[in-house]
Amino acid sequence: MENTRRFCVRVAECRWILPLLFAAGLAFCVIAESGGLLNSYTRFALTTMAVNVILCASLNLVNGYLGEFSVGHAGFMALGAYASAMLTTRLFPQMPALFIPALLAGGLVAAGIGFLLALLSFKTRGDYLAIITLAFLMIVKSALENIPWVGGPRGIAGIPTLTTLPVAFVAAAATLWTIRNLIFSKFGRAVVAIREDEIAANAMGVRTREAKILAFSVSSFFGGVAGALLAHQITFINPGSFDIIKSTEILVMVYLGGIGSLAGSVLGAVIFTLLSEALREFGTWRMVILPLILVLLMLFRPRGIMGLKELPWFLPRRELATRRKKS
Amino acid sequence: MAYFAQQAVNAISLGFLYALIGLGYTMVYGVLTMINFAHGDLFMLGAFVCLLLVTFSPVALPFPVLLILVMVIIGGLGVLIERLAYRPLRQAPRVSAVITALGCGLVISNTTLSISPYSRAMPEVFDDRYFNVLGVGVSTLQVLIIGVSLALMIGLDALIHKSRFGMALRAVAYDAGTVPLMGISVNRIISLTFLIGTGLGGAAGMLYGMSFPVISASMGILVGWKAFIAAVIGGIGNIRGAVLGGFILGTVEIFSVATLPSTYRDLISYSLLLVILIFKPYGILGRAPNIKV
Amino acid sequence: MSALLEVEDVTMRFGGLCAISHCRMTIPAGITHGIIGPNGAGKTTLFNLITGIYRPTEGRIRFQGRDISGQRPSRIALGGIGRTFQNIRLFKNLTALENVRIAYDTQLHYGPMESLLRIGRHRRSEDESIARSMALLEHFGLAGLASLHASELSYGAQRRLEIARALALKPSLLLLDEPAAGMNTAETAILTEFLRDIRSHFQVTMILIEHHMHLVMNLCDQITVLDFGRVIAEGSPAEIRANPRVIEAYLGESAE
Repeated sequence: MENTRRFCVRVAECRWILPLLFAAGLAFCVIAESGGLLNSYTRFALTTMAVNVILCASLNLVNGYLGEFSVGHAGFMALGAYASAMLTTRLFPQMPALFIPALLAGGLVAAGIGFLLALLSFKTRGDYLAIITLAFLMIVKSALENIPWVGGPRGIAGIPTLTTLPVAFVAAAATLWTIRNLIFSKFGRAVVAIREDEIAANAMGVRTREAKILAFSVSSFFGGVAGALLAHQITFINPGSFDIIKSTEILVMVYLGGIGSLAGSVLGAVIFTLLSEALREFGTWRMVILPLILVLLMLFRPRGIMGLKELPWFLPRRELATRRKKS
Repeated sequence: MAYFAQQAVNAISLGFLYALIGLGYTMVYGVLTMINFAHGDLFMLGAFVCLLLVTFSPVALPFPVLLILVMVIIGGLGVLIERLAYRPLRQAPRVSAVITALGCGLVISNTTLSISPYSRAMPEVFDDRYFNVLGVGVSTLQVLIIGVSLALMIGLDALIHKSRFGMALRAVAYDAGTVPLMGISVNRIISLTFLIGTGLGGAAGMLYGMSFPVISASMGILVGWKAFIAAVIGGIGNIRGAVLGGFILGTVEIFSVATLPSTYRDLISYSLLLVILIFKPYGILGRAPNIKV
Repeated sequence: MSALLEVEDVTMRFGGLCAISHCRMTIPAGITHGIIGPNGAGKTTLFNLITGIYRPTEGRIRFQGRDISGQRPSRIALGGIGRTFQNIRLFKNLTALENVRIAYDTQLHYGPMESLLRIGRHRRSEDESIARSMALLEHFGLAGLASLHASELSYGAQRRLEIARALALKPSLLLLDEPAAGMNTAETAILTEFLRDIRSHFQVTMILIEHHMHLVMNLCDQITVLDFGRVIAEGSPAEIRANPRVIEAYLGESAE
């Protein structure tokens, strides 16, 4: 028993497992994509899983690490999806090489709006901030419905399929890497301090306004990137694809996996995607079962599977050293 | 001028409906400082319960009986949700309860959607007639909406400011920790709050369904949440704020539809909410919560 | 001796309630200043005014000669005023080390891009921040508890950690709000020695709110007595002890 535990700790603290997993995962994705290793349905589901990892980890930044409650993540997805799709369908069609800039552009548009939203609502928090994100989501949706230039309620069709499995996988890894590096820095610690006690954080010199704005901007950037990836995966988007249901799906992932934990975000996204695919045959009942899971989760395990704990793989070396309990 | 007066009548009747839904949000918030995101969906369910009652009742139920039945059923459901989903979380972080409420709302709306995927027509509960007042067309229904809403609101105001229950309710809202020391059951007060608050929401759902005789499962999100906006604009937790917010929203909606394409309606109301919250983060009549350091 | 902190005719009203009324105080650098007074006298309100949580209704607060009234709390903290809270406000779900590091972080100079790419000043600063924070915990006898969550620490350790966190800001003025609350006489005696050590080791000017008269009389160079938001007496411990108004308003009632 003791040996098993020690083995688990050693595996968990092994520095090279994550890079190894990344290399193996990438190799698998490339082979699956080109070699026809998997059928197209499985490839599609795995791509969705990678996109969900991005969504979950990025929303976790606001809802988990910052401790606010945003229901507007689908709005940022919509911005990213529309901005990138406009680029790849209208501005430079038939140029797959420009997909990466289009993704980044999608992220930047979302981040810009996220920055603005955080800037305008810095005085608000808690329930009121939740309402602001809700209003934001509704505004984005009805604004898109009223702009004929982006297709109005019908949306944009004929988006090129550029989100392949390797692309989504690399994007997810890059997201996790970026958020991890941000969290384990003074910027991330400031964000977490606000969640723990905003007044104390302020008294310790944490610039709370800047930290909130940073968390919102980064979160919405990756929300936008994920939206852009989704648009080029499903090739057809309309304002209805980015509604409160979409936001709720991401919330389920975040609170399922665990708030304030990247390992939790990966876990949450993976479990959610599998569950969601398994429930597909239930049609609209799927969206009864998923919120029900969310409610039960809140009642019995409000901090999700991982709680606030982080898997040592995601910790920088020096952080790991400080967390080892003296025995 | 007649056109303007006509729109004003429409705005008032819509405003009353929004206020009636908003009251439920506000009462729960005032007592628990929690947004009951499921309230909009209970409002929607109010319309469906009315439809069921009218369709399956062996005898034709008169309007007052129907109204009371709907209020009791929806109010009871609200109490049940509070008991099962919110009460266990009262000591948990506030966000947990909000998420739970959002989840409950989606369970209700999507269950309704799964059972009744299409919009349904609301049958006529009584013979609705238009009559002419100084050149303005007013329907019996509009009169009824205004009358019933007004009666319910005055009753609620009296209940909160004159009765023992109202005093206990205000005490719980002020300091839920001390109230049990005075021998008052906080749980009972909260249950009663949910009964009344969601009951009013159910009544609003029924009246709304009657005046726009098409009801659907998405009504909770489309209409209920807008009423919620109204409550927030007025200052959530404040009963007069809910009424004020309802009228502001009703007026803005009616006149934006009258002057702009109707698809702009949601854009305008949600933008109005955003602007008001940015400049007055706690609504027009709301006050910032006290922080104790 | 130059004045480090000057409270100039400060008044604070909450609606109709006047929590602080025309308060004047001058704290020279290097001293330890005690604030005493009955419950509800406005002591904590005064701390909240100095640290920027409230903005004074009237009057001005100067720190090192500069007007700081109305500045954001974080700016005041960075300017060199550290504080603890009456009801301990630690970052409960973070480790003891992280609690101190968050305050120490304000002295690190690297940009977001540097930490994103883990280059430049990031590595050096982070290593330095851990080493310095550990040294601080060591000084407070908390090094062995560094990896525990703040909520897992004993009450006494939490109190010490809160002081350590405030000192990680490298403040020139330290505000302690009832550091001995909930401690018995023996523990208070240890705390007195501990605060004496902090004062000499960190060269920090201290203002402390306290009800334990023994601690205040032993440690403080000068004392202000507040009652109903007004300064009713000011002077050395000996003067305060002899002041009839103080005895009437405070000591007489609590029969100490």
